[in-house]
Amino acid sequence: MIDLTNIRKRNTAEIAQRIVQDIPDGAHVNLGIGQPMTISNYLPPDREILLHSENGLLGMGPLAQGDQIDLEIVNAGKQPVTMLPGASIFHHADSFAMIRGGHIDICVLGAFQISVKGDIANWRTGDPKAIPAVGGAMDLALGAKKLFVMMEHLTKSGESKIVQECTYPLTALAAVDCIYTDLATIEVTPNGLVAIDWVDGLSFSDLCELSGAPMTEKKS
Amino acid sequence: MIQKIMPNVTEALRDIVDGSTILISGFGGAGLPVFLLDALLEQGAKNLTLISNNAGNQGVGIAKLVAGGRVKKMICSFPRQPESGAFDELYRQGKIELELVPQGTLAERIRAGGAGIGGFFTPTGFGTELAKDKECREIDGINYVFEKAIKADYALIKADKGDRWGNLVYHGTGRNFAPIMATAARCTIAQVNQTVDLGQLDPEAIVTPGIFVKRIVLVEGKS
Repeated sequence: MIDLTNIRKRNTAEIAQRIVQDIPDGAHVNLGIGQPMTISNYLPPDREILLHSENGLLGMGPLAQGDQIDLEIVNAGKQPVTMLPGASIFHHADSFAMIRGGHIDICVLGAFQISVKGDIANWRTGDPKAIPAVGGAMDLALGAKKLFVMMEHLTKSGESKIVQECTYPLTALAAVDCIYTDLATIEVTPNGLVAIDWVDGLSFSDLCELSGAPMTEKKS
Repeated sequence: MIQKIMPNVTEALRDIVDGSTILISGFGGAGLPVFLLDALLEQGAKNLTLISNNAGNQGVGIAKLVAGGRVKKMICSFPRQPESGAFDELYRQGKIELELVPQGTLAERIRAGGAGIGGFFTPTGFGTELAKDKECREIDGINYVFEKAIKADYALIKADKGDRWGNLVYHGTGRNFAPIMATAARCTIAQVNQTVDLGQLDPEAIVTPGIFVKRIVLVEGKS
């Protein structure tokens, strides 16, 4: 067991800022509900990044405040948002044609588990008492040109969320391109997982052991 | 003469019978036709199959119909909502049927229904429990799942403005499912905030052409 008590993990803001480094100027990006939405707070002003909201908005601005609030203009989490100059509104089939037709460059989703092959499980744990709800997760996971995952590396009980095979119900097969966690950044490639960076104080072999999955170091 | 603007909401909903299948626009509260849904509750039709993104939230609209025991089945992508209590309770008791559909597949099934297409193959859901027992096919190296079109008896939608030919424009992201739902029902009924004379809506900007709309109801009071 690796002692993580003296390791300073990345907080949510730091994971978001790490993801932003990999979003290029001009990208059309969809941010999933929850943690991924916080990425919008860290988009750099020197890059024009267009946010897509699955409910029919491209060019989404920050959350609406005060007089800006219009309950008919909301994000995927149903929060009132603003629209940037140049924003467009469209119906749901067009919105998902953007997603399913491969027009969205990057989608960032949260996840319960990611397999070494890039399978993603993020929509239900299989708890029979929970109400199943899938939303746009399955469409986004497969449709976006690149799928980034933002998640904690380990579960609360310390198990790796990167696994050989997902045990939770699948969202999509072989869909994930890159995993950003509080401990590391890991690419999913046809040749397996490739560790790009990891937090100070953690060795590469620690990372492999914690992840319970074989991976290689990115050759720089 | 064509006059789709109805004298009142009671008249607009008069022929909805028990067992009807009804498309309902909205994404959470945005675009939800609350005025029509409240009138439908009063109208009394039951044993309904409702198709909408959510299964009701905050105790309004669909949530009231569900709580009132009017709904036999929900076809939706995201039933879990803040205060979707009525649905959760009935679902756990096995008193309401749920067909869970990925959101893009839901939109495309409705679009297909309105365009006279019987179904389509999509990669969404392949290899997951939502593709169970569905026909799958590999096309040019990609695995697809067959999804059937959705058609309904009625669509209840919310728009911003409408004219007597049934032309509609929307407001903000309240548009969401409404334009595609309008195409996929035998009878589409739209609630609007404002009725306008013919010619006042810019032909270049009309989102739903009147051919898809049978009845328009002006919202009375605040909705």
